[in-house]
Amino acid sequence: MTMSLPSTQDIVDDLAFFDDWEQRYQYIIDLGKSIHGLPEDAKTPDKLVKGCQSSVWLESRVENGLVTFSVDSDAVIVQGLLALVMAAYNNKTPKQILDFDIDEYFTELDLERHITPTRGNGLRAIVAKIQELARRSIN
Amino acid sequence: MTLDVKALRAQFPILQREIDGKPLVYLDNAATTQKPQVVLDAIIDFYTTTNANVHRGAHFLSDEATRRYEKARDDVAAFINANGREEVIWTAGTTESINLVARGLGQLLKAGEEVVVTEMEHHANLVTWQQACKVSGGTLKVAPIFENGELDVDAFSALLNDKTRLVAFPHVSNALGTVNPIKELTAKAKAVNALVLVDGAQGIAHGGVDVQAIGCDFYAFSGHKLFAPTGIGALWGRKSVLENWPVWLTGGEMIADVTYQDATWGQLPNRLEAGTPNIAGVIGLGAAVNWFSELDLAAVQAHEQALLASAHEQASAIDGMRVIGTAPKKAGVMSFMLGNAHPADVGFILDRQGVAIRTGDNCAQPLMKKFGIPGTARASFSIYNTLEEVDKLYDALRKANMMLA
Repeated sequence: MTMSLPSTQDIVDDLAFFDDWEQRYQYIIDLGKSIHGLPEDAKTPDKLVKGCQSSVWLESRVENGLVTFSVDSDAVIVQGLLALVMAAYNNKTPKQILDFDIDEYFTELDLERHITPTRGNGLRAIVAKIQELARRSIN
Repeated sequence: MTLDVKALRAQFPILQREIDGKPLVYLDNAATTQKPQVVLDAIIDFYTTTNANVHRGAHFLSDEATRRYEKARDDVAAFINANGREEVIWTAGTTESINLVARGLGQLLKAGEEVVVTEMEHHANLVTWQQACKVSGGTLKVAPIFENGELDVDAFSALLNDKTRLVAFPHVSNALGTVNPIKELTAKAKAVNALVLVDGAQGIAHGGVDVQAIGCDFYAFSGHKLFAPTGIGALWGRKSVLENWPVWLTGGEMIADVTYQDATWGQLPNRLEAGTPNIAGVIGLGAAVNWFSELDLAAVQAHEQALLASAHEQASAIDGMRVIGTAPKKAGVMSFMLGNAHPADVGFILDRQGVAIRTGDNCAQPLMKKFGIPGTARASFSIYNTLEEVDKLYDALRKANMMLA
C-alpha cells in the first residue's frame, strides 16, 4: 500500500506549530483519514490486535526489501495515531524499522501517554508486532 | 439536610489535581473511587507505627497490628449489618470473593444442577459461574433483561426450579447502572432453596447495605470502590454456609492441625483466609467504612441521585447521544453512545479536557453484544462530584461531538 504521509520530522514540526490541543487532535484525525484502511473482508482475526477500548487490524508485506503495511482501527483517533506510526514504519527496511526510536518520536509529539503499555488502544501492541516482524525478516 | 460537597471534596487531595492545565473532573468512580485523607493516613500510620504480621507474633507490635486488623473486621461487619464478625472474609476484592464461592460451588455442584445469573453481569460474576459449571457438569442459565436495562423478573423467576443450586446477580449493574430488586430476587431464589450471591461491587458505595435484611447467603464487594485502597475487599457469607464451604486457598493461617500427609481446617474466618493478609489494606478499609458511616446517608443518596438526574436530563439536548441503560431505578452510572463516534474517541477528547471517564466493553462483552455495540463511554458519579462537574462533562461532550462529527 502506498501512503502519502508526511515524514516523521514534518509531522513533529506540524504538530509543534499548533497552539491548542483541538487543532492537534484535528490534525491527527485528518492524518488518519488520509491513510486507507482495510476492506471489511480483510479484517480477519489473525490481523486483529484487540485492545479493551478499541480494535486495530494490521496487514504487512515485504517487497524488494521494504516492509509495507495496511492498518485500520474502529476509532478515528487511534487511526490517526496509527498514521503517525505508519509515517515512521511504512515502506522502510527492517533495519530502519528497528533503528527508529518510537518512544522518542511520541515524546517529541507530546503524545507519549498514548503509547504507554497500559493504554488499552492496541498501539503499543501494534508497534511490538511491527518490530517483531522486522526482526524476523532480518534473521 | 444537604451534603456539604465542598467540605467533602477538600478531604480528597487528588481532586485538587489539574490534568493538562484543567481541573480534574473525575467521573470514573465505578472503576475506582478516590481516597479521603483519613484513609491515606490510616495506611501510612500503620506502616509508620505498627507494621508487623498479624495473629502469630510473640511481641507488642504484632499484638497491636492484630488488634487494629481485627477491629477493622468488626467495623466492616457492623457496616453491612453482618450477624457476626466471623462472617466477614477478607479477599483481594469482589472478583476474588466470587471466585472463592465459585471454586467451592464447582466441587458441590452435581451434573444437571443449575446456576442462574443475569444478562447484565460483569465478567467477574459470569465467567466464575460458567467455569464452575464447566468443571462440575452444571448448567448456567441466564435471565434476560429488557431493552432499558431492567431485569425481566418474570423470566428470572421462570428459570428457578428445584435444580437451581445458586443464583447470582449484581446489586447495581456496572455497565447500565440498573439497581436490582435484590430482596425480591433473593426471596424468589430462596423459595426454591437456592443459595444467593449478590455482586455488591457497585452497590456497596451507595450505602445502606444490610445483608441480613437482603436475606442472601453471600455479598461480595471491593474496598477500592468504597474509598479504600485497591487489593482489599470482602466476602460476607452466612455463617452456616461458610462453615462448611470448601476451602479454596490452603496454607498458613487457615489450618488447625497439619501432618505431612493431611491437614484439618481452622475456624471461621481463618479457614477461608490463607497466608499473610493485606493488613494495611484491611486497616484502610476499616478507616473508609468508618469515615463513610459518619456521613448523612440520606443526603449522600439524594446528592448522587441529583447528579445522575442532571446527567440524564442533559443527555437529551446532545445531538445523537444515546443513553444505554434507562431503568427506572439507577445508581451512579451513565453509559452512552455519542452518535456514531467510537467510545474510545469520545474518551480521548474528554481526557484532553480533564474529564476522566471509562470507555470500552465495561467488562461485560456479552451485554455489549446484546445491545449491538462494541462498548460504551461511561460516566460514573460519586459523592464528591458536583453538579458543575456534570455541566463540565457536557461542555466536553459538545466539543467531542463537534470534533468527531
